[in-house]
Amino acid sequence: MPFNIYDFSTFTQWIHEALTSAMSPFWVVTLEILFVGLAFLLFYAVIGLFLVYAERRVCAFMQCRLGPNRVGFQGLLQTVADLIKLLFKELITIKYADKLLFNIAPFLVIIGSFLALAAIPLANGLHAVDLNIGVFYIMAVSSIGVIGILLAGWSSNSKYSLIGAMRSGAQIVSYELSVGLSIITMVVLAGTMDISEIVELQRGGWFLFKGHISAFIAFIIFLVASTAEINRGPFDLAEAESELTAGFHTEYSGIKFAFFFLAEYMNMFIVASLGATLFLGGWMPFHVPFWEGFNTVMDWIPPFVWYIAKTGFLIFIIMWFKWTFPRLRIDQLLTLEWKYLLPFNLFNVLLMALLVLLGLHF
Amino acid sequence: MEQTTTKREDISSIDYQEFVINMGPQHPSTHGVLRLMLKLKGEIVEVVQPHCGYIHRGIEKMCEHITYPQTIHLTDRLDYLSAHMNNEAVCLLVENALQIEVPERVKYIRTILDELTRLASHQLWWCAFGMDMGALTTFFYGLRDREKILDIFEKTTGSRLIQSFNVPGGLMNDIHKDFQKEVKEFIKYFRKILPEYDQLLTGNVIFQQRTKDIGILTKEDAINFGVTGPSGRGSGFSCDVRKIAPYSAYPYVKFEEKLQTKGDTFSRYMVRMHEMWESMNILEQLIDNIPEGTHAVKMKPIIKLPEGEYYQRVEASRGEFGVHVISDGNKTPYRFKLRSPNFMNLSVMHHISRNHKIADLIAISGSLDLVIPDIDR
Repeated sequence: MPFNIYDFSTFTQWIHEALTSAMSPFWVVTLEILFVGLAFLLFYAVIGLFLVYAERRVCAFMQCRLGPNRVGFQGLLQTVADLIKLLFKELITIKYADKLLFNIAPFLVIIGSFLALAAIPLANGLHAVDLNIGVFYIMAVSSIGVIGILLAGWSSNSKYSLIGAMRSGAQIVSYELSVGLSIITMVVLAGTMDISEIVELQRGGWFLFKGHISAFIAFIIFLVASTAEINRGPFDLAEAESELTAGFHTEYSGIKFAFFFLAEYMNMFIVASLGATLFLGGWMPFHVPFWEGFNTVMDWIPPFVWYIAKTGFLIFIIMWFKWTFPRLRIDQLLTLEWKYLLPFNLFNVLLMALLVLLGLHF
Repeated sequence: MEQTTTKREDISSIDYQEFVINMGPQHPSTHGVLRLMLKLKGEIVEVVQPHCGYIHRGIEKMCEHITYPQTIHLTDRLDYLSAHMNNEAVCLLVENALQIEVPERVKYIRTILDELTRLASHQLWWCAFGMDMGALTTFFYGLRDREKILDIFEKTTGSRLIQSFNVPGGLMNDIHKDFQKEVKEFIKYFRKILPEYDQLLTGNVIFQQRTKDIGILTKEDAINFGVTGPSGRGSGFSCDVRKIAPYSAYPYVKFEEKLQTKGDTFSRYMVRMHEMWESMNILEQLIDNIPEGTHAVKMKPIIKLPEGEYYQRVEASRGEFGVHVISDGNKTPYRFKLRSPNFMNLSVMHHISRNHKIADLIAISGSLDLVIPDIDR
């Protein structure tokens, strides 16, 4: 078995060939889809649970507390226990709620984040699909989530939920522009939308360092806008627990609530991994030109570790935002986007285009 | 004057695009069982109608049937965050009515405990205010420091929140021998830690944008509505009872009445932040100079006030707390009326928060620092 931790493509190729030699192409594809789907579902659940735990620990340390540390080693099993509790909870359906939409909404939210995970390379050669329009695909499927949020708010037949959903709609639609434009800035620099190719282009240096000041501005805007897009503090107006109790998911209970909860954390993971891929080189090790010894040491660290470390770093920053800033008001939120981020972003795309045209980037 | 005469608006007539929402009695940021009926137009608050009475216990009526020393235990349960001040109002009233001069030691200790209570109360307000604004970390920072004051209380008074430490004629007990040392330690600690509060919240751009020019209460309105305490002083209304009618050891200490002129949410915030510094100044002036003496004067077993009307006011942490007693010479009061600061402060809710957003309403109610049991009594 040609298993190589630095390049998974040989391993996946080997499985594919083994399967092809054993059965008909139809069954090969079916089996592979099933296997990959299952593997990602597992990955999704584990990462989601771990992120909930990480959030609780990180915020606890920022708040002079300890956080969960009783169940399992250092409280690692706490979220598993919580999940089991949520699984057994009663699913309360509200009178006069729109039953169909009410039940569909959590699935739409979770599908959006699950689909986006498919196109992200987790390590060298380790991704579900290698689309030539990967960036575009991720942006497209991650917008499905907002439909789920809007439906949840609308169908709950609760005024708090409705206000939360309307806020969320206005917010996500606005901030998607900024996320999109900052991603486009990087696509202009890369010249391709294929994510694996984008990562490959960063072999000599990450885009954050390659793309001059323009990439740096795009990175900052991306961080701010994507925090807003995934409804996290200080932009968590859709939930705004001190104003709207729990916003759009006020009326949900049990596992349906858990879906919203999990989706929030997975969206954070996806946004962070997209940021890591576009700006920090994905699974690519950190290289400094002409430092051969240093580069060899960096190469020795497996790509998957690099990817998780970068994503984890961005996730930590996003958590840091939440636990230090007060929440914005809805009009301030929209002012920030339409009056500051968007014009700045448009200018930034132009600047990046000029930099690329004149060949001024590294 | 036209401004203040807002007539009670009819909430039942709803235009299209308007809707009515019940904020409370169970809502995370009404800090208790306050029910605010809001008429909203989208995000804009058009009418705020407070509905009180969810925690009404009839304390005033109950007090007509119990003796004066027993009354103290009920005044604790009004504004539980300024329990000590509330007790003191009743004790001062009884002492003044009977013309008893309490020992100097009692005056000093009462004042020290007053200021400690004020500090603890403002700390809790700060945590809750931050949390209302969505900054969840403030909650734990504030509670961490408040715990130290509560520990001091526990050691001396035996109770952390509602102490009932005052009795007519003095104090229940003498202070613990570690009291002075611990208070001094706390002041030293808190002087270092209070700038951290400013770093975390006050200087934050989002916070300032959320609070400045929001919920402006003019000085005239503050006087007309009877808004006292830090909320009134935020509008420039000089209403500090400690200055106007000094009681206990307040005549002996030098302190400033912190005023702000603008009257917005941020002014009310800043008044409280400054008051924490002032409280520490007062504490420092008193803590080393507690005179020797007894902790209480001997009272008759049954206290009867002479026939007549009595009124005593003190500065509680949220404003002027007054006790009005009509006595017919019996051991129980004929009529017992409380002037609770929060009830008056609540009355401006509609006036200052209409035409703001829901998020502003939360910020405003946080800055008024309402304690619901004090409203309902």
